[in-house]
Amino acid sequence: MAHHSHAEGEVHPEVGHVVPVRYLVGAGLALIVLTAITVASHSVDMGEANLPVALAIAMVKATIVALIFMHLRWDRPFNLLVLVASALFVLLMLAFAGMDVHQYEPTIFNGNPTQVEQTLQANAPGAPVAQVKSTNGGGT
Amino acid sequence: MTQIAHDHKAPAHGHDHGHSHAHGSHGHDAHGHHDPNLAHHFDSLAQQFDSAKLGIWLFLATEVLFFGGLFVAYAILRMRFPEVFSYASHYLDTIMGGINTCVLIISSLTMALAVRYAQTDNRKGLITCLVLTFLGAVGFLVIKYFEYSHKFHDNLVWGPKFYVPPHSAEGDLEAAVLKTAPAAPGTAITVENPAPWQVPDLAKKPAVDASAVKAASQGPSGVARANGTPAPAPAAEPAPDAKDQAHPGTHLEDASMPPNTHLFFAIYYAMTGLHGIHVVAGMGILAWLTWRAVRGDFSSKNFTAVDTGGLYWHIVDLIWIFLFPLFYLIH
Repeated sequence: MAHHSHAEGEVHPEVGHVVPVRYLVGAGLALIVLTAITVASHSVDMGEANLPVALAIAMVKATIVALIFMHLRWDRPFNLLVLVASALFVLLMLAFAGMDVHQYEPTIFNGNPTQVEQTLQANAPGAPVAQVKSTNGGGT
Repeated sequence: MTQIAHDHKAPAHGHDHGHSHAHGSHGHDAHGHHDPNLAHHFDSLAQQFDSAKLGIWLFLATEVLFFGGLFVAYAILRMRFPEVFSYASHYLDTIMGGINTCVLIISSLTMALAVRYAQTDNRKGLITCLVLTFLGAVGFLVIKYFEYSHKFHDNLVWGPKFYVPPHSAEGDLEAAVLKTAPAAPGTAITVENPAPWQVPDLAKKPAVDASAVKAASQGPSGVARANGTPAPAPAAEPAPDAKDQAHPGTHLEDASMPPNTHLFFAIYYAMTGLHGIHVVAGMGILAWLTWRAVRGDFSSKNFTAVDTGGLYWHIVDLIWIFLFPLFYLIH
């Protein structure tokens, strides 16, 4: 592969790309600093924002690892496409699972027996599962 | 997985390689002789290198999807039980998790340097960095061992054992686990012949507050909550602070513990355990690379194994970068 960004005066392999030391050490330092920032942000109460902030910092760290340590900045773009596509498919799975999980929420025992019994009686009247509350909680 | 360079095994002269070279004519010297680092089924070193890289990247994509399923499970559990995650996260040691994050980052750095040293014919630097990376993996697992063993000691584990009082004798645990298995709805729960560890509790509290009963009634099905069973009254001594990481073993006596807290530890062990297995596999790869580096296999003409092994090690680091805030840093 042709590269034109380096004049380090070192041995150059015929293939691949030699990442300068300053890039590697800089990436390592950035990752340590970002780790310190994410730990510090943990003790700051940002309400709902804590999780997005932590995930955003993790995304930046992951990008640094992928681009510098894993050479993707200089690698064939298709390898980057493979990584990004796999992450997108995880997000796709997360999105559909997240949509699906709430479909069954009313029938799950989550501390609201009245709602559960109403739902079960409405959807499946007389089914054995609908009798759970009366056999279980009758004495209390 | 795509095989990497068949160094020293390639035939000195193979089939006709005179056909078109998509990526140039690397790998053949001026006389048309075969490069010993080029496997005969590749046209050029560039093609061989690109194939190896594509192969390892496709494997890493399957790793992302592999962990992705668990990340989805984590997300659904956290959406459903946010209070469990914000409560149970305090049982994890942020200091140890943070140190482990730094250990993995530094070992990733030494791995990237190892690739560089292999590319630049620096055998001594390559061996040093591979050994340092290996030691980083060892350090990570040692710290993880201390974290795990502490939690196992306190019964901060998955499943019904989470609801067994910790520090009881080993023989009692089996019986206690059996007794505290989640009861079917409507099943009458009685405690006969309480185990020795229950006696002090029973002396102070009514039988319904005995830990075994609580465990059964707050089993994974959450039936007891539907049943209206009140949370057991805290013992005479004040409930321990959840943030007191030195003695979290008394989680059963903590009245503020939300139901289904064991689910946090189930997904915690599933994800960090799978990650730990990858660290162990990475140690095997690093040991193999070190052995080959000492043998003198690697050079600027043959470093693909170091490069691809390094990519695997980086993805292990990359996954931990997400695991750390998702488990240790929940506000």
